Amino acid sequence: MANALHPAAVRDPAWLGRVFWTCAALALLFPALVACEFKPWVLFTPDNLRVTGRFITDFFPPKVDAEFLALVARETWRTVAIATAGIALALALAIPLTLLSTAALSVSALSGRMGMLPFALRQAIRVLLIVLRSVPELVWALVFVRVVGLGPTAGVLAIALTYAGMLGKVYGEILESGDAHATTALLRNGSSRLQAFLYGLLPQNAAELTSYTVYRWECAIRSSAVLGFVGAGGLGQQMDLSMKMFEGAEVATMLIVFMLLVWLADAVSSQLRRVLG
Amino acid sequence: MASGMAVALDALMARHPAASREAPPALKPLSLAVAAGEQVAVIGPSGAGKTTLLHALACALRPSGGALRLDDRDPWALPTRSLQSLRGELFLAPQVPPLPPRQRVITAVLAARLPRQSLLEALRSLILPTGIGAAHAALARFDLGEKLWERVDRISGGERQRVGLARALVSPGRLWLVDEPLSALDPARAAGAIATLTSAARERGITLVATLHQVEVALASFPRIVGLRNGELAFDLPAAEVSRERLARLYAQHEHELAAWTAEPDAASSAGAQPVPLCFR
Repeated sequence: MANALHPAAVRDPAWLGRVFWTCAALALLFPALVACEFKPWVLFTPDNLRVTGRFITDFFPPKVDAEFLALVARETWRTVAIATAGIALALALAIPLTLLSTAALSVSALSGRMGMLPFALRQAIRVLLIVLRSVPELVWALVFVRVVGLGPTAGVLAIALTYAGMLGKVYGEILESGDAHATTALLRNGSSRLQAFLYGLLPQNAAELTSYTVYRWECAIRSSAVLGFVGAGGLGQQMDLSMKMFEGAEVATMLIVFMLLVWLADAVSSQLRRVLG
Repeated sequence: MASGMAVALDALMARHPAASREAPPALKPLSLAVAAGEQVAVIGPSGAGKTTLLHALACALRPSGGALRLDDRDPWALPTRSLQSLRGELFLAPQVPPLPPRQRVITAVLAARLPRQSLLEALRSLILPTGIGAAHAALARFDLGEKLWERVDRISGGERQRVGLARALVSPGRLWLVDEPLSALDPARAAGAIATLTSAARERGITLVATLHQVEVALASFPRIVGLRNGELAFDLPAAEVSRERLARLYAQHEHELAAWTAEPDAASSAGAQPVPLCFR
């Protein structure tokens, strides 16, 4: 070849760095595996296989007699109600916090740097959101079961607090990662913060916000199952009872209901995205 | 009838918010006075500081030196709240129309009225638009009457730019600051759009400052021309006194910008309209 490149020019300058960081990541992974006693092969020892097999065969066939189905329907309804009420309360808390903390709606940031006081307020709200979501909903539920007694109320309150933290954080990130052009233009032309939100930021990000909220509703349904195990009512509590009585068939029925609920949430989300997108 | 806002710059300096401290300011000390109801076109090569000047006038950029006076008030001496209400008396139309893609055209146009509305009125208008007539009249002046109920992402780039201009007509602004209003328009549309803008401003006595890439349009439509080069005032003259030589000196080393408009409007408009950061997800 007459016009062969100089050897230095054909070498990818990023290659060495890439190899190094891959090796570094693997080296960091190893102590993590040791720390959590990761030994997947114990699953396949003959003894353990027998136990697993017995547990799974218990599941078949799922229990479908009318009386039990009526009970499951009632508890499913309660689970959906816990999740929905929890999310609604979380929204009531998360939306004002998001509006207060979003830098995209800062009027003082329009003229260069954000003011000291608004900046401090935004940081304080960020800390509040971290506190809300860093306490697992299970712990909140245990607290509320003490306060308001066994039952769905504890579950609703637990979901509301944890999910307010998650929704507030992610809403803020969605609003700040999107294109802010329309919003800043409205603010620059003298709109108030909430007006700029309604006419600029919200239409810009409505689809993302909706699909994330529906996904969180789906998570709340799963979460309410876990909360049921500590006495917060709903399908989870029922599942806990069935497990304790080794009624695999009942557990199987309820798992199928969970799958249907998640599928429903998925369908709702994609439909909403189509409408808003 | 609203009366226009008077503008005075006294040795105003400005730099981009992201620029380093050592970089030369985008606007070197610049003095300029625009009377209420006057119409001024700002021309000059790319990077001359035209957009920075508009942003400084719109109180979107704090001057790094000198003084800005709007109707004999220093906006930067005002508390944030009064500054924000003063901003409601200005209308800044950025080069890329700031329209959320999923919004309807009517809502996008009516958004310009927000400074005069309470939050409740704004909410109500979001549910059922109030002022359909005003929005339609504004759009009709830009030949867009039939796009009233269309969604912003379903109209063309040129139509979006005209929707952005139609906003000015419903805004309560008394000083219109329009940045490259014709960058996505073909010559015929451009002439119509600029005629609409100037005559609407004249009817209401509104002060109009527009930056323009199209020198011929500026000379034909504006009585007063301000030439900017390297952040400095090159000339400030009545349109009739802007000679070929002055233009040649203003655009020295940027001759293609002077020629591009007349030679190949399509290439110029598509190049000008390129950075449209609308995301269709």
